[in-house]
Amino acid sequence: MADTTVGIPTVSVTVNGVLRRGTPEPRKTLADFLRDDCELTGTHLGCEHGVCGACTIFMDGEAVRSCLVFAVQAEGADITTIEGLSAPDGTLSVVQKAMNEAHGLQCGFCTPGFVVSITALLRDNPDPSDEEIRQGLSGNLCRCTGYQGIIKAVKIAAGQSVDANGKAH
Amino acid sequence: MTDTLAAPTANTGGARFVGQRVQRREDLRLVTGHGRYTDDVVVPGMLHAAFLRSDIARGVINSIDVSAARQLDGVVAVFTGADFNAEIREHWVDFEGPGGDASPFRVLADTDVRFAGDPIAVVIATSRYIAEDACELIEVDIEPSTPVIGADAALAADAPVVHAGRADNIAGAIPAAADPVLDEIFANAAHVITETIDQNRYLCVPMETRGIVSQWDPFNQELTVHISTQGPHGVRAYIGRALGIPENRIRVIMKDVGGGFGQKMFMIPDEVAVVLAGKRLGRPVKWIEDRRENLMSGLHARDDRMTVSFAVDDTFHILGVKCDLIEDVGSFNAAGSSSIGFVGLLFPGPYKIPRVGFSAKAVFTNTCGRCSYRGPWMMETAAREQMMDIAARRLGIDPLEFRRINVITSAELPYTTAAGLVYDAVSIDGSLEQAVSMVGYEAFRAEQAAARAQGRFIGLGLGLYVEPSGIAMGNMSSEAAIVSISVNGDVTAVMSSGSHGQSLETTVAQVVADRLGVDFERVTVVQGDTAATPFGPGTGGSRSAVILNGAASQASGDVRTKMLEIAAHVLEAATDDLELEAGNISVRGTPSKGISVTEVARIAYLRPQELPPGMSLGLESHARYTPNAPFTFSNSCHACVVEVDAVTGGVKVLRFIVSEDCGVMINPDVVEGQIAGGVVQGIGGVLYEEMAYDMSGNPMNTTFVDYLLPTATEVPIIEYGHIETRSSTNPGGFKGMGEGGAIGSPPAVINAVADASPTSSTGRSSSRCRRRTSAPPSTLLADPAE
Repeated sequence: MADTTVGIPTVSVTVNGVLRRGTPEPRKTLADFLRDDCELTGTHLGCEHGVCGACTIFMDGEAVRSCLVFAVQAEGADITTIEGLSAPDGTLSVVQKAMNEAHGLQCGFCTPGFVVSITALLRDNPDPSDEEIRQGLSGNLCRCTGYQGIIKAVKIAAGQSVDANGKAH
Repeated sequence: MTDTLAAPTANTGGARFVGQRVQRREDLRLVTGHGRYTDDVVVPGMLHAAFLRSDIARGVINSIDVSAARQLDGVVAVFTGADFNAEIREHWVDFEGPGGDASPFRVLADTDVRFAGDPIAVVIATSRYIAEDACELIEVDIEPSTPVIGADAALAADAPVVHAGRADNIAGAIPAAADPVLDEIFANAAHVITETIDQNRYLCVPMETRGIVSQWDPFNQELTVHISTQGPHGVRAYIGRALGIPENRIRVIMKDVGGGFGQKMFMIPDEVAVVLAGKRLGRPVKWIEDRRENLMSGLHARDDRMTVSFAVDDTFHILGVKCDLIEDVGSFNAAGSSSIGFVGLLFPGPYKIPRVGFSAKAVFTNTCGRCSYRGPWMMETAAREQMMDIAARRLGIDPLEFRRINVITSAELPYTTAAGLVYDAVSIDGSLEQAVSMVGYEAFRAEQAAARAQGRFIGLGLGLYVEPSGIAMGNMSSEAAIVSISVNGDVTAVMSSGSHGQSLETTVAQVVADRLGVDFERVTVVQGDTAATPFGPGTGGSRSAVILNGAASQASGDVRTKMLEIAAHVLEAATDDLELEAGNISVRGTPSKGISVTEVARIAYLRPQELPPGMSLGLESHARYTPNAPFTFSNSCHACVVEVDAVTGGVKVLRFIVSEDCGVMINPDVVEGQIAGGVVQGIGGVLYEEMAYDMSGNPMNTTFVDYLLPTATEVPIIEYGHIETRSSTNPGGFKGMGEGGAIGSPPAVINAVADASPTSSTGRSSSRCRRRTSAPPSTLLADPAE
């Protein structure tokens, strides 16, 4: 299919508080729209088939995989990407700060998806149990950390005390 | 555990930052979505590439018709092997050097296809979507033939050859050497135990796939390449040779890289095709590998079979071993990906094994080629540690007892292995005992017996090994650092490394800050750009702690010495009387008499008249460092506890303990992070991950729905024990440990599953654990052997 926009409805979405209009092809994924059209490259694509969770964003308050949504399906939606979770001056969110403190990342490629998923998890369940944390993270893949620092980061962000091995007290 | 660290001395700098859990400075950009990975690079006029790949494992290409693809709106060009293959002038990477037995190579399949995933054509278009559309319009006629799948097929007497023009499918071989002494040992041994150990094919799987943006500028005759790699210099040198472009007209840049684990050590043909396409068109071209491609054709790993025989005396001392290894290296394997030499060299590992006989073959098959995945030689540990358990059970003793009888103790150091390797600063028995103590071995045996009485099957497995870190051979012999203090007193360390998750921006800064006596925040680390940095072989082989930081220490030491000489001149004191700490140089005992590092820097650049007579200007040093031994040995012991569901065969990992001695720890968070990542890759490789082929050569696991990575729900909390035995090979006393987690964990998991098996409780028979290819994930079968 040619890359033509003729006759394609304009998409209007609010991304990180800013109204963005675009004319993506109907088949263009929301992830590609955010990365290419909105130039927000913090949303990463690790599998493009909805398993790895690196492309997780907030869409109307729900954590969704932006590789499984077409941009045109997001018409009218309120979207927050990883770039929208920290302050413009670089001040980190509680979850972002906890990821740093807990050594929750190495290569960092999966990190934006984890930060969004953890933010959603703690919003819905501010004091999760170990089991709930693991379930809450199970839709995101990491290949560097063995999840150790990430689980610890959730506990720190939830205000739970942890020892060096990430065990809650 | 005894602290064997030597105290830092005044001449080498303090330890204000080394050893601390300094938080990573990489994180600010990465946790906020402001990293710069290859797919984030956008260049004006950039085109996009997509590959048409063979879905047939072996066959002759009768014809390729790209005419319909070329006519699609948005398609700029379609290239095939006929366009590119003759363009390659030299094909060898620095690791191999010229004139070696280079791996088979071609840019695109031309006469035939040799694995499912083999690239046949590349489409260049205005978007990735259009390029992928056009791939579907290419008509390829392939005459299929029976592929060579599996090592047995490769070695069969009538096997077709994978690579036309070769006499057979042998990629490399170490023949069995006649050894009458070893034969005599086996003939007279009280016990001879033989077993064959298989290891399934599992993969690196970095979360970021491969990617490249190649820009040829015909007006400056310059090539700029952004690439997801483990080191930019190897890429530059390779492209220079392959395309006949002077190296100094090529700039290779790697910013953030989403993991590599060995897969991205060298370029693959697909990436070379992108460079060629961009050069031919005079346009920037981007290719981002998709996950299916990464799993199908992005290079594979493991896939080994080893038959091991132990000769043991009646007091359970191992007298000798014989090993025969077969590696499946696929079709187009990466340089250095066959580890047969290292497996034989390293097999004795942590044990006193006086004599070793080793033979091996690496074989080509019609499957994706092999790469050097994290601990590429780890079959020595995977097989040896399983054999330790198998042999112990057949001998009727506990696997721990068998290890204690044969382990190399600290009292026996320095110890020379049967292969001639010398261990001097290791704590092998110390890590075994620390892991055993942490897991509570004796108490576990009681718990296990009680559980069995209730019909529950829990097991404990050990994995003990010595890791040859900091490998300093050939192109990997050195790393370099350019350390400077600028006019305002800020420190820059320009490094030869290619960090892709190793936290080097943080750990190198810790080392440099200590050597220069300045605050961590004043040190910036630059790496990953051939225009700015000195040659390095790429980050891999657990080398950075040892060799990269050796370079950082050496260059910083030079700068430190010069700073002290300038300060001594200004303060009219002897250098030996000076203290350098927290950015200030003062006379010992007279703290009021001092000068700041910034002031020394200003003198060095701006006020030459204040320098000691004859001293050159500036505060900078370029050091190339090589450790004083080809290996820096670290050691570790893994202890894994599992429960096996007797009905489903499902395995749950209950505990995982790692006792590690990586010498002086630069940053314990980074050490533990590396251990954890490796351990979970090993757990995945045993319980969840497998790249399987059917007999037609179809890869069966080309999505994350079929190729299962461990998630947060499958992994336990990993418990760490640290021993710090200072290494003698480098000034910091560091040892590498980036690969060890992935080396020790697979046999620990397998041994734990076997230990949980009821067959092992009889004391009569051995048991071994074998992965059943067709089994559901997380299922292992414990077979009674014999």
